Amino acid sequence: MTQTTRRMLLASAGMLALALAASPADAQKKYDEGATDTEIKIGNTNPYSGNASSYGTIGKTIDAYFKMINEQGGINGRKVNFISYDDGYAPPKTVEMVRKLVEEDKVLFVFQTLGTPPNTAIHKYMNGKKVPHLFVATGASKWGNPKEFPWTMGFQPDYVTEAVIYAKHILANVKDPKIGVLMQNDDYGKDYFNGFKQGLGKDADKLIVQLATYESTDPTVDSQMIQLKNSGANVFFNITIPKYAAQAIRKAAEIGWKPAHYLNNVSASVGSVMKPAGFENGQGILTAAYIKDPTDPQYANDKDFLEWKAFMQKYNPNANMADVFNAYAYSVSTLLTVTLKQCGDDLTRANVMKQAANLKGVQLPMIFDGIKANTSPSDFYPIQSVRLSRFEGEVFKLFGDIISAEAQSQ
Amino acid sequence: MATTTTAANGQVSPARSLLALGATKWLWVLLAILALLPLIGGKTGLISNYTFLQLSLMIVYAIAVLGLNLLTGFNGQISLGHGAFFAVGAYTAAILIDQAGWPFWATLPMAAISCFIVGYLFGLPALRLEGHYLALATFALAVAVPQILKYRHFEGFTNGVQGINIFKADPPFGLPLSSDQWMYLVVLAVAILMFWIARNLLDSRTGRALRAIRDQPLAADTMGINTSHYKAVTFGISAVYTGVAGALHAIIFEFVSPDSFRFELSIAILVGAVVGGIASLPGAVIGGVFVQVIEKYADALTKKITAAIHLPIDLEPWTIYGIALIVLMYTMPMGIAGGLSLLWKRLKGS
Repeated sequence: MTQTTRRMLLASAGMLALALAASPADAQKKYDEGATDTEIKIGNTNPYSGNASSYGTIGKTIDAYFKMINEQGGINGRKVNFISYDDGYAPPKTVEMVRKLVEEDKVLFVFQTLGTPPNTAIHKYMNGKKVPHLFVATGASKWGNPKEFPWTMGFQPDYVTEAVIYAKHILANVKDPKIGVLMQNDDYGKDYFNGFKQGLGKDADKLIVQLATYESTDPTVDSQMIQLKNSGANVFFNITIPKYAAQAIRKAAEIGWKPAHYLNNVSASVGSVMKPAGFENGQGILTAAYIKDPTDPQYANDKDFLEWKAFMQKYNPNANMADVFNAYAYSVSTLLTVTLKQCGDDLTRANVMKQAANLKGVQLPMIFDGIKANTSPSDFYPIQSVRLSRFEGEVFKLFGDIISAEAQSQ
Repeated sequence: MATTTTAANGQVSPARSLLALGATKWLWVLLAILALLPLIGGKTGLISNYTFLQLSLMIVYAIAVLGLNLLTGFNGQISLGHGAFFAVGAYTAAILIDQAGWPFWATLPMAAISCFIVGYLFGLPALRLEGHYLALATFALAVAVPQILKYRHFEGFTNGVQGINIFKADPPFGLPLSSDQWMYLVVLAVAILMFWIARNLLDSRTGRALRAIRDQPLAADTMGINTSHYKAVTFGISAVYTGVAGALHAIIFEFVSPDSFRFELSIAILVGAVVGGIASLPGAVIGGVFVQVIEKYADALTKKITAAIHLPIDLEPWTIYGIALIVLMYTMPMGIAGGLSLLWKRLKGS
């Protein structure tokens, strides 16, 4: 009896020693819900149906991207489990789906949820729950407000900055501008519009002769386009998501309205907008870009483009190769991968946020050479530079230098 | 009610009264289980907070369906616009919590009052409309409400198209429950109260008057029932039920926006009432569950079935919903509750 007890004591002491010896290594591995030794669970919502469904391809490409990453061994040895639900661009649905992601699927964080209205609906929830709300797929300037919302971060150049650039371009290039604006009636539209007015300066109200709005649930924007034409505007600022952008371009041509046309970046896609609108109807349209457009022949031999093309052909063969949103999805997924690599074995929500706010000069694939992603604890806008481009023939042709600006609204 | 009729006939067979007693007993057992779910499921972790949200939503829709059932099932007035009352209740609660800082429970009576006023006022002109015309008038209400909520000059209150975020209350007295579990219990308690009131109302003089108006308005009038008064009041009461459901929805969902209350919601409530069983209280519960479950799974189910049987064509989402609805209406024209009780009678009769 005594012997067995002693032996057991020895054994347990040995095990204790082993456990102690092993613990320093374990101490560095820290996890929150959604992360383990083998897996990182990431949540997402995308409009796979409804009026904004042209964006649905982003969610599919992100999914394909992480399939590739998992085949290559994952991130720091952990497989990515990317869970994406359809919210149809409807905020109530987003709220429900994101609650499912956080409370039932127990994801580590939410990534690339798409659209300003959907993200606005979950903004407070994410920050209340202290779950990272990373690299959201909207450029509203409110995503870069770490003081009030330390768990939310944007990705693309913000709408205010972009609209200021258009306004300056109009003032410098259009003689006697009379501006008509078509705007989606929500925070996305208003963010662009406020930036635009800011850029036009004190004469903004005089320069803007007509403001027409639509709802993201409307079937068409035809009547708004007629209203804008009748206002006598010679400049058109088009703040619409792809479906309505294509409708507006087509309708302008149909009714013979030929203003200087500025199209917001969120619809600057050859595949989803210019082609359905008809190439002949879109000649001369100006926009701002920061992503290499896959249809642009100048990238035919570009290293980024070739890698992207190979990825698309292998992992996402059914997607539209002419759609810049697929390049966008590839870029932003890479930024997330960089962030998660930087997290190492400390996959806590706090550390994910800390590392997301500690990105230094990251050159992402399919983003213009020289435009780098930078963040800091006080700068939650990863990408802040764009170049202007003009639609000619069947591509957006870049012109001018890289323009950088800071969002001024927060 | 089955017991009262048999008692009146003076032929209470022991088996029947046992059965009736059994039904009440079973109801208590069911309610007890529902009330204990947070203890059973929450502690063991078997039921997630998200599931409690889903259960709460089912109960909320059951109350909304009950509201329509009172109007359509028991009083014979058709409404395609109950989503509007749902929205009024939801926004009343959300605005009071968000802007006036009210506790959530205090907003429920306010939602009831505002909905009664809106419902009663809408009921007055609706008196002149019968059948299809009433359906169209209420439908117009349902279509108009989201637009009104987005109206620029109301944006100070409604926050326009972006909607209002509110936060759920934590359980009081340091109860060991999550806020979803706590809200589930609150919703359950409110629902029991509302159903109890509805049952008593229908069992009273007023209830008999309502049904008399539905079955024979002219005869009811001749019997001295003030038809127009009863009809308008019923509209008001019906709106109260649906409005309280809307307020509960806002509180547990923590978010309202005009898009939450599109006219599809009105249709969903009507379908819930018909599928569950019109003019039946258990039918309202079944209808509520149906609204939530279908809303959640019809789309996913359609996709799964398309994939499973390798259909060469892409079925529209909601196809399953349509088919299920048609089959149900053919096989159970009195709704699921009606179908079940018919089945029960046949089984017992044989």
